[in-house]
Amino acid sequence: MRKAATDAIYELAKTDPRIVFIGSDLGAGTMDKFRREMPERFFMEGVSEQNIIGMAAGLAMDGFIPYVNTIATFLTRRCYEQVAVDLCLHNLPVRLIATGGGVVYAPLGPTHLAIEDLAIMRALPNMTVTAPTDAPEARRLVMSTVDLPGPLYVRIAKGGDPVVSRDEDGFQVGKAILLRQPKDVLFVGIGVTVNRCLAAADQLAAQGIGAGVLNMHTLKPLDEAGLLAAAKGVRAIVTVEEHTLMGGLGSAVGDVLLRRLGRAAPDLITLGIPDVFPEKYGSQDALMKHFGLQPTQIAEAAVRVLSAPVGAAA
Amino acid sequence: MSPAQTSAKKIGVEKIGPTPVSPPLDARSTALRKVCVDALVSAGRGHLSSALSLIEVLRVLYDDVLRFRADEPMWAGRDRCILSKGHGCLALFTLLADKGFFAKSELETYCQVDSMLGGHPERGKVPGVEASTGALGHGLGIGIGMALAARIQKRDSRVFVITGDGEINEGSIWEGAMCASKHRLDNLTVIVDRNKLQSYGPTIDVQDLEPLTDKWRAFGFAVADVDGHDVNSLRSVLARPLVAGKPTCVIAHTVKGKGIAHIEHDPNWHHKSKVSDDEAAALYAALENA
Repeated sequence: MRKAATDAIYELAKTDPRIVFIGSDLGAGTMDKFRREMPERFFMEGVSEQNIIGMAAGLAMDGFIPYVNTIATFLTRRCYEQVAVDLCLHNLPVRLIATGGGVVYAPLGPTHLAIEDLAIMRALPNMTVTAPTDAPEARRLVMSTVDLPGPLYVRIAKGGDPVVSRDEDGFQVGKAILLRQPKDVLFVGIGVTVNRCLAAADQLAAQGIGAGVLNMHTLKPLDEAGLLAAAKGVRAIVTVEEHTLMGGLGSAVGDVLLRRLGRAAPDLITLGIPDVFPEKYGSQDALMKHFGLQPTQIAEAAVRVLSAPVGAAA
Repeated sequence: MSPAQTSAKKIGVEKIGPTPVSPPLDARSTALRKVCVDALVSAGRGHLSSALSLIEVLRVLYDDVLRFRADEPMWAGRDRCILSKGHGCLALFTLLADKGFFAKSELETYCQVDSMLGGHPERGKVPGVEASTGALGHGLGIGIGMALAARIQKRDSRVFVITGDGEINEGSIWEGAMCASKHRLDNLTVIVDRNKLQSYGPTIDVQDLEPLTDKWRAFGFAVADVDGHDVNSLRSVLARPLVAGKPTCVIAHTVKGKGIAHIEHDPNWHHKSKVSDDEAAALYAALENA
């Protein structure tokens, strides 16, 4: 997925002289073509995220559109004040391409996991927050970002993720994509949880339960109209995120349901990572299983909520 | 607190090291200080002494060095001046008003609810302000971006970043220093307002910076030490980059609270709120005698 995103940045830069690329200390050879062909707009600045964000802000103030790429946790936690003040307060068109969001770096431990990136980016005024579900969607997203006003956060997944997005659905920041029409229950996913939601829906279909899937690739601004339209008539909504349950997709969806539907809202189950630093290593898949975010577990959560008395979901 | 009590807590000069023996302040320097005091008194608060150490640096930049168009603040060909130590904004606002970026009457609204002038400068609100600062350690990175932008766009704009000395405790400054030097940004000048006091007390006690000249030099800058209240020396050192192919650092040795004798070197005046009538009168009286 990162390659799809960075290839898209290269393509944009070939035709738009406002685009610059800034990396920190990326893997050897990353974006070599960009560096060779447009060296004056390619920057690799070392392990110095605070300075990189400031530099991107200064370039943006003078007319450039910087795409900044490094590991998600270092692009959010380490330089949070620079993101808040330099980018968001000035409302500058800087694009943060955050590699390895969620638990992608599971074997490397909690210093490398970005499990609250979406929440802390979402809390910043002017910031747009996205997480594409697969490589083609990452490409569609990046290609649509040049003239997007203000700063943008793009959470990039591991790569080689199942492709579930479709060209015919197009892509627009802030507009959720209904991949499967719901009947009994609606899954709302973001990033790679969308493919787990689809697999869960397949399992439920075999049991005669109609589960829909909404790809909420943009967490902020949240597509409230799209969510409410998709939720119409369902008994329950299950949000699924590779992220802490504090302040991410579940929180955002819950806010909308409470504010817009009140007691008429369907039951809501939020699946995600509890308020802990993950203690296990293994793989992304293993950690997602540990936190109940794999297809069978998602399907089981839906069955539980559907078999409980109305309003009893917790 | 009376002025006499305040001065009782002043830090002895022997404690903060040598301070510049500057030429006497001329009429313009005194008049600019009076504008700062007027704004402080109208708001009843502000970082006065942090502004007073900056007056000559900003005066020389805006009078003699920077290219700008006050009636077209975002003119692309301008030089950029970022006040990274945003808490010194009373001095910046004073100079911007003096140059006609906005009406001098705006200064009377300083820190009021609907004012465009708050306790730290904001880009987009205040004509002539290049970056919203206040959180320390941000201006250099932004200035580096602007200096790189000028290079790519083949503009000969210079970029000036004014930091405090307490401010350069921040690690982001030293990340920026490495970056500026790597890119050989000779269109970038960092000016350190070396007044040797930070909020808690002398920099030598809180976080010693010395040997500061050597540090900047080691980070790849061409460095000059200058009396930060000597207008002629400042004009000369800021007129052009010191060395081709290197960023410049000017360490401006200054006095916190310069020009108002009883608040000089007094950390209690780093930020002052609830300025009383007596304190205001004492500030004006001291300026008369400066």
